[in-house]
Amino acid sequence: MGFLMGLVELEKIRFSYPGNPPVFSDMSFALKPGEKVGMVGPNGSGKSTLLHMIMGLLKPAAGTLRLFGEKTQTENEFQKARRRIGLLFQNADDQLFSPTVIEDVAFGPLNMGMKPPEARRQALETLEALGLSNHAHRVTHRLSGGEKKLVALATVLVMQPEVLLLDEPTTGLDEATYRRIVDILQKIEAACIIVSHEYDFLALTTRTVYALKDGKVIDSGDSALLHTHYHVHPGGVVPHSHS
Amino acid sequence: MIREEFALGDSIMHRLDPRLKLLAAAGFSVVVALSKQWAALAAALAGALVLLLITRLPAKAVGRRLLGINTFVSLFWVMLPLSVFGTPLFSVGPVSVSMEGVALAGRLTLKSNSIVMAFMALGATSSIGALGAAMNRLRFPEKLTLLFLLTYRYLFVIQEEYQRLRRAALIRGFTPKTDLHTYRTYAYWVAVLFVRAADRAQRVQHAMICRGFSGRFFTLREFGWTPMDSAWSVTLAAGVTALAVLEWGF
Repeated sequence: MGFLMGLVELEKIRFSYPGNPPVFSDMSFALKPGEKVGMVGPNGSGKSTLLHMIMGLLKPAAGTLRLFGEKTQTENEFQKARRRIGLLFQNADDQLFSPTVIEDVAFGPLNMGMKPPEARRQALETLEALGLSNHAHRVTHRLSGGEKKLVALATVLVMQPEVLLLDEPTTGLDEATYRRIVDILQKIEAACIIVSHEYDFLALTTRTVYALKDGKVIDSGDSALLHTHYHVHPGGVVPHSHS
Repeated sequence: MIREEFALGDSIMHRLDPRLKLLAAAGFSVVVALSKQWAALAAALAGALVLLLITRLPAKAVGRRLLGINTFVSLFWVMLPLSVFGTPLFSVGPVSVSMEGVALAGRLTLKSNSIVMAFMALGATSSIGALGAAMNRLRFPEKLTLLFLLTYRYLFVIQEEYQRLRRAALIRGFTPKTDLHTYRTYAYWVAVLFVRAADRAQRVQHAMICRGFSGRFFTLREFGWTPMDSAWSVTLAAGVTALAVLEWGF
């Protein structure tokens, strides 16, 4: 193994959905502490599958999965690891199932055995950090699409994950919400795997970009070089000119 | 869909502990459903009406709901007097209307109206979220509580999906008629909704598992029991007991 222990390590993974050609064959990938990587690839190339496999929602047919240095295979082992990994689903409606925002954000902490007042406090702190305090008592299904996405992110961040997996976090968002998500991700310390089709978004939020091709993960290099124009802008996505 | 408009008020009923209201509504319904005596049923209707008046809910919306239930009940007024065998009240040709049938339809009307009114006063004056938390605190089976809360949450999503299907059909010139094509289209909608609901259920379950869900349901809400709650629990218990006494004696 390398000089740093990987947080997430996949080795020679094989996976296929029943009746379909394999999504992954002999796929290997590792995420190191503090690393922020982008993951690109055409539809159906297995980007979401990869994230779901790391969470233990899908089980590989062959190969080894190590989380935080330990081989993770059984449901029990995954349950422990899930406390340290957060997954932001593609569709926020799947993630927000409680009647109100505050209850949804507190869902994770309550499951981790926190007492209600403590869970409430932590949920409020997270909402405040994301600038969502005024939504705390709103009914989840009445939020707008952008608000749902931000609250869904809060429900994951409240658990203070060491690894954050994001599945197309910017799909269908307006400019303002997009910028807030970029802002949040730039400040976060957790290691991230961000699945996205938007190169400019990955350039702003990640260092390295990998591509999924033919059932394997391929290093595509520095995310800022992927596009002729996009590179890291410390000020966010402010309009600017190039001489 | 579910607008929870009745939960928005600020009457005494709205401020009572949802646990108390849930238990009172359940106790009331059981006694009323089992009652046969006219005195007990009339008292139940009066009691429910008093509770409903205390809530000061918008009369129009209440009327609309009562109209809904009574439209359904009116079907029994057509069927029961003709189908229940007993002493004839009057006859038109070979058709005779029985006294027993009319009495049964009358009881049914009183019972359904009392129970619906009591649930509007006691149940609908709490938000769905509060009721779910109350169910949880009263140790209702967790599956039932989760089913209740998740149904509420995803009814809207399923409705949106239904609207999307409907619009997709309308923009391609679909006009509902009484023909096979229309019925087949409706059947497809239902089928697609079931498939999508099942898919979504799995994704929601995954999202719950990812955040450490393992079958135990915890609620964040804390209930504060006030002297007002104590006073009302005595009042409501006395009311339900009085109905039981009217029905069964001592």
